[in-house]
Amino acid sequence: MIECEKITKVYRTGDVEIEVLKGLSFRIEKGEFVAVMGPSGSGKSTLMHILGALDGPTSGVYRLDGHDVSKLSDDELADVRMNKIGFVFQSFNLLSRSTVLRNVMLPLMYAGVPEDKRRTQAEKALRSASLGEDRWHHLSNQLSGGQMQRVAIARALVNNPSIILADEPTGNLDSKTGEVVLGTFQELNNKHHHTIVLITHEPYVAEHAERIIHIQDGMILEDNKNHHRRMVHNHNEL
Amino acid sequence: MTISDLLKETYSSLIVNKVRSGLTTLGIVIGIGSVIAMISIGQGAQGSIESRIQSIGSNLILVMPGAQRGPGAQVSTGRGSAQTLTQADADAVVQGVTMVKAVAPEISRRYQVTAKGKNTNTQVVGTVAAYPSVRNVEVDSGSFITDENVRSLARVAVLGPTARDDLFGQDAFVIGQIIRINKVDFKVVGVTKIKGGSGFGSQDDMIFVPLSTAQRFLAGDTYVTAISIAAEDPNSMAQVQAQVMNLLLDRHHISNPQLADFSVLNQADIVAAASSVTSIFTILLSAIAGISLLVGGIGIMNMMLTTVTERTREIGLRKAVGAKKRDISIQFLAESVMLTFVGGLVGFLFGWMIAWGVTQFAGIATKVSLFSVVLAFGVSAAIGVIFGYYPARRAASLNPIEALRYE
Repeated sequence: MIECEKITKVYRTGDVEIEVLKGLSFRIEKGEFVAVMGPSGSGKSTLMHILGALDGPTSGVYRLDGHDVSKLSDDELADVRMNKIGFVFQSFNLLSRSTVLRNVMLPLMYAGVPEDKRRTQAEKALRSASLGEDRWHHLSNQLSGGQMQRVAIARALVNNPSIILADEPTGNLDSKTGEVVLGTFQELNNKHHHTIVLITHEPYVAEHAERIIHIQDGMILEDNKNHHRRMVHNHNEL
Repeated sequence: MTISDLLKETYSSLIVNKVRSGLTTLGIVIGIGSVIAMISIGQGAQGSIESRIQSIGSNLILVMPGAQRGPGAQVSTGRGSAQTLTQADADAVVQGVTMVKAVAPEISRRYQVTAKGKNTNTQVVGTVAAYPSVRNVEVDSGSFITDENVRSLARVAVLGPTARDDLFGQDAFVIGQIIRINKVDFKVVGVTKIKGGSGFGSQDDMIFVPLSTAQRFLAGDTYVTAISIAAEDPNSMAQVQAQVMNLLLDRHHISNPQLADFSVLNQADIVAAASSVTSIFTILLSAIAGISLLVGGIGIMNMMLTTVTERTREIGLRKAVGAKKRDISIQFLAESVMLTFVGGLVGFLFGWMIAWGVTQFAGIATKVSLFSVVLAFGVSAAIGVIFGYYPARRAASLNPIEALRYE
């Protein structure tokens, strides 16, 4: 569960102060699928960094599962990311010369999970992300874009996080593959009740979520339930 | 993150850039290899000089005549030139000094020696039966000079192998043959074993005759040119040296040791002097080799900095999935230490091969000691830590947001 109260973020370059976020307040309940949408420069990336515990807000309170994480040190933030957050990036960010399994097991290594458990957890995550078992031992740079993004989703899932943060996950994919990946997120949300926050600038992508938060100039423009939700029925092949 | 995780991560990162890792390691290989080779050559030289000094006798104390200098005279004729030691001094040492194993006075001078038309100029040493045990001389065939020979002024001679070869030809059987030293005939009764050349004149190019015979027929007086004393064991050498000093000062009626007309040399002092020369030589060579090690270390740092820049996004990702600063810096440190450690291992083998080659093809003794092995691994690991520290810190302090965005 995410609670944000009057979150602000100010960047200072020399004497110039830029207020990127101007007091955002919202809640995301457990099991929701929310899209944060806005044009570039609206502050949605900054918001994602704060929600993902990569950075702290300048003022305001950010509670994740009831714990205030707005004033933590770098290493404490690393712990929050390790235990509660799974990231999916636009450019996949896989370790290119490592196998799929090794990529997925990476967060577990830092979390100190014993080696034999890592493998079973990674296999479970890969199944949830619907990546065919024949690919598990491939090197990640031998996969197609859609397959890479599924590996990234499995990596985000593997530590069983409170929220999955997906930053433009379809940005580097063609529309058909992007659709399949969005279907994977919907399935994770429906079947496994994962909380998903999808950050995008494309209204079409945002329409796959059940709730859309519109951001513009660092403020919430609209926060509505999505009544025209697009559902994807995956056949799980990429 | 466990040690085995760390090793796996490190290995897989390094193996990605095989050529680059290999070339960077080469710098360390050459550095460590040359340090090992130089130390082993230096220590080998030291060992062989020491063993040659040891070969002139064990626990040896040498008494030599001092410079001849009359009362108030300014001209010195040089150490060892004076005739101040006598047979009686040697006898007094035998009787008056404790902890002595054997005493061998000698009188030596170069003479022209002839035999069957051949001739050579060599060192003729008049001495006693105790000489072989004091100066580590062994008899190859026949026998050495006996006490009976000395008492009876026997005109017998024992040849060194080089002297034998010069006079009679290679490996000739010479026992019973006659040689002529300074117009006096001597019968050959024995040949000594080869000791090998030494830095202090070949010990094989010598002829031994009884001391009394040499004094009577060759020198014509009763002075001796040196008294060799073997102490019972290495620990008693200093005491024997002091006793000999006091006894002879007393016998020569000299009260100030500074004005002694003889000198007492301790073999340990000679070894120490020679060792200090060779160790300076070793340090000098190793210091030059050490410079290449330093250059190798800078190569490691250069590569690690490039790697950190290239892998900025990877570092960002690792931080995003929960890696702490410490995890990142340990990983990069481990990579540089692994490079230098492998470099140290290969460099050690390389240096060993050089040392072996030097021994095989140049005939110089070398010695790869445990010290140099420990040094090689210690230094290479330390270089990994020192030159890897800065790149590792740089990687660890990257901001994850900027690192993830890095193109």
